[in-house]
Amino acid sequence: MEKIKVRICVGTSCFVMGAAQIQSLEFNAPADIADSIEIIEERCMNLCKDIKVKYNRGPFVFVNDRLIEEASYEKVINAIREEIKKSCEK
Amino acid sequence: MLIPKNNANLMRTKILIKLAESYLTDKFADADRIPLELRPKETQPSRCCVYKDRAVLKYRCMAGLGHCPEEETDELKTLREYGNEALDRRQAPKNKLSVIDIACSACIKSQYVITDVCRGCFAQPCRLNCPKEAISIVNGRARIDPDKCVNCGKCFEVCPYHSVVKIPVPCEEACPVGAITKDEFGKEHIDTEKCISCGKCLASCPFGAIVERSQMIDVMREIKETDKKVVAMLAPAVLGQFPGSVNSLVCALKKFGFSDVMEVAVGADITTQKEAAEFIERMEEGAKFMTTSCCPAYYRAAQVHIPEIKPYVSDTKTPMYYTAELVKKSDPACIAVFVGPCLAKRAEAEYDPNVDYVLTFEELGAMLVASGINVDECAEEPFGLVSHKEGRQFPVTGGVAGAVASLVGDKVEIRPEKIDGLTKENIKLLKRYAAKGSENNMLEVMCCEGGCVSGPGCIALSKKAARAVDSYAATGEPLTFETKIGEK
Repeated sequence: MEKIKVRICVGTSCFVMGAAQIQSLEFNAPADIADSIEIIEERCMNLCKDIKVKYNRGPFVFVNDRLIEEASYEKVINAIREEIKKSCEK
Repeated sequence: MLIPKNNANLMRTKILIKLAESYLTDKFADADRIPLELRPKETQPSRCCVYKDRAVLKYRCMAGLGHCPEEETDELKTLREYGNEALDRRQAPKNKLSVIDIACSACIKSQYVITDVCRGCFAQPCRLNCPKEAISIVNGRARIDPDKCVNCGKCFEVCPYHSVVKIPVPCEEACPVGAITKDEFGKEHIDTEKCISCGKCLASCPFGAIVERSQMIDVMREIKETDKKVVAMLAPAVLGQFPGSVNSLVCALKKFGFSDVMEVAVGADITTQKEAAEFIERMEEGAKFMTTSCCPAYYRAAQVHIPEIKPYVSDTKTPMYYTAELVKKSDPACIAVFVGPCLAKRAEAEYDPNVDYVLTFEELGAMLVASGINVDECAEEPFGLVSHKEGRQFPVTGGVAGAVASLVGDKVEIRPEKIDGLTKENIKLLKRYAAKGSENNMLEVMCCEGGCVSGPGCIALSKKAARAVDSYAATGEPLTFETKIGEK
């Protein structure tokens, strides 16, 4: 199975707002997803600049093509699980 | 420790960003909206209701502005007024950790409780092993009399059904020196005489009830509203705290308005040289051992709580001290701002005439976010003074002792030992060493487990930060006793 790409924005805004903590996926991802993800550090994708309230929707994380706003460790893990489920159903 | 960022910490970052933004846009004209913006009506309250959430947020904002929530005299005083008061003050707010009493959930005191899992067994080891006869059998189940219980944990150890649970008070558990205790209403209070400003209580409180006074506004005022040169001194733990190279950070800070940026690792090089020389001297004089002195929380703990270890603590000053000395030597009129992972540095700075303010990485991050500066997009700019390998490795546990050992070489025998984390147990250990000696003669004491990269003011995960520190140290030139530091 192809790995699920987890792209974590590490622009200053996203990093300070909590992306730094989502990086703990690299070290202690739950056993059921640990082997099916590939973690990529993404430079600022300018998503914070598209939005009216500039940084309020960060940190941004992509799980495959799905954008997660105000991402948290929990939100990202849930999205990964959904992606795994989707690819199993295919 | 790899605990994903929790809500209480995340909220503190958001508050700092909002405050920085509020200052930069309209000097706090709209600051009273911050609690409302952070807790809009439609959100799920985390306490009893959004209104209490907002009330707590207001107190946390006060701390972010450098005020102490305990000093509130008028509840109607607005954040705007607090903000303006912050701009009027000319001295850094005194370092102080305090408890927001309405946020403190007054965690229950009794630490051991017998649950329904108790089978009311015939053996009753809990009752028989209790040294205070605090356990009786009520309705076929064991019960602890909280007035007699001394929290020894014997019952917890002996129950064959694991029916005894330990309910901790997180802040009290985290405080290594017993500085935080309950008042008659069960709310926590911090004894400033005992407090070593390590920040462990702040990091551990699940209700975000513990705050410390920030100096962020003061630093921004000095930069934006005065003609003074404001110099940032970046602690060696800065590696990995802001993605992008550390040289891009130099440029980012200048964009914000700092006039110069120094590496505290340069000061750490000086500390290494002096501490190594001091170690050789002490060993030749026949000392049992020597401990490091650069961790301010440990240094204060030694003064107040472990007096027997005082004669063994190195007299060498900290990297912050030597860096600030260099900064003030080249420009006595400038404002020197230490930026680091540490809350105890604020206390240290109060005794150091060369250091004007102390920021955490989190506060610096909030300033950069609020002004829309992305470190990674800034050009790389070299430091005026370049640090060496030894100074760079200070922030990871073992780094200080390692640096000293590499200079001592084979001049005298050096056997380093890491005291990684100033816990209650390690304080006992240090007391024992002071009395009976240790088999090692160079004790490195770090208050934060893992070193400064795990400090309460950090942004990055300590594991990732430690890697960044290691690879930066690997690119540094080795230091010797002869290396001249402070000459460009």
